[in-house]
Amino acid sequence: MSALTALLLPVILLVTAVAGIWKRVDVYQTLADGAGEGLHILLRILPPLIGLMTAISMLRASGFLDWAAQALGPALSAVGIPPETVGLLLVRPMSGNGALGLGAELMENYGPDSLIGRTAAVMLGSTETTFYTVSVYFGAVGVRRTRYALPVALCADLAGFLAAAWAVRLFFPDS
Amino acid sequence: MAMTWLWTGMIALSLVFGWQNGTLEAVSAAAGTGAQSAVELCISMAGPLCLWNGVMEVLKACGGLEGLSRLLRPVLSRLYPAFRSDGAVMEAISANVSANLLGLGNAATPSGIRAARGMAERTPGVASDSLCMLVVCNTASIQLIPTTVAAVRSGAGCATPFDILPAVWLASACSVTVGILAARLFARLWRGR
Repeated sequence: MSALTALLLPVILLVTAVAGIWKRVDVYQTLADGAGEGLHILLRILPPLIGLMTAISMLRASGFLDWAAQALGPALSAVGIPPETVGLLLVRPMSGNGALGLGAELMENYGPDSLIGRTAAVMLGSTETTFYTVSVYFGAVGVRRTRYALPVALCADLAGFLAAAWAVRLFFPDS
Repeated sequence: MAMTWLWTGMIALSLVFGWQNGTLEAVSAAAGTGAQSAVELCISMAGPLCLWNGVMEVLKACGGLEGLSRLLRPVLSRLYPAFRSDGAVMEAISANVSANLLGLGNAATPSGIRAARGMAERTPGVASDSLCMLVVCNTASIQLIPTTVAAVRSGAGCATPFDILPAVWLASACSVTVGILAARLFARLWRGR
């Protein structure tokens, strides 16, 4: 499995390049254009992250994050979720940048290859900013009676969090 | 506005807990270094993020979105039976799902909203079962290669940032499946309201 995923990166690069040549795309220039677009994305992420990472670092230093993990620990551990990810669970549906900041802080603090770091990464990769998405969609089409959309979407998030914790244990039993 | 309250609450909480735990000095030190760690995070993930954005741009130029859309249409028409014969809506839905799979957020939202508009025309002001399904599917992440998360991992010093892919796929599949099943179930329970 690890050999396969290690090869994934170079293989994707090669397949993309060959497909581009096949379709007569100027691969190198398009790649550079896309990379430049990536800088714009970063510039959009950075300003909110400055405020959020400040608040998150302060919460970590004050002992609040450890306290919250301890308070909710038994309930979360019972369903297999590492208690340290509690902040991520709460912020993820509300703020994409906030969740990214919290996740990055967990990876820095506990290591990206630790159980907590990996679980945080998989949680980030398998869920979305639910409240934001729901309001964008229903706002754009002027729908006020949203019926069961939000509770069902939150159900899917919860399933994602549980499955993330479970999948990390399954694929990385010794982390 | 919600973020204003969240942020103010976080600052207030850290001061209260800092005062109670006697960690106020650490809190004020953290206030000075937090912004720095945000910049460091962005710099450390800049390389991989830009690279993947470039790769996705090449895939898009190859017609990857259109090809994927064509593949997905038969599957998606089963998910939205009420719009099976509505060509414009089905096309918007398949474009939305393909862009989500490839992680092209900028392309996913416009096509998703186009599909939502077409759906809302039939039931103005009220979310039909199909519209609920569309929104639920967009609040679940189905991105095949979570490039931002991988970039954060390599920024944190991880040598194999993509080794989480199988776990991400499994967790995403669980989340989407639960979302779709729950939407189907609620569509039955909610009928008549």
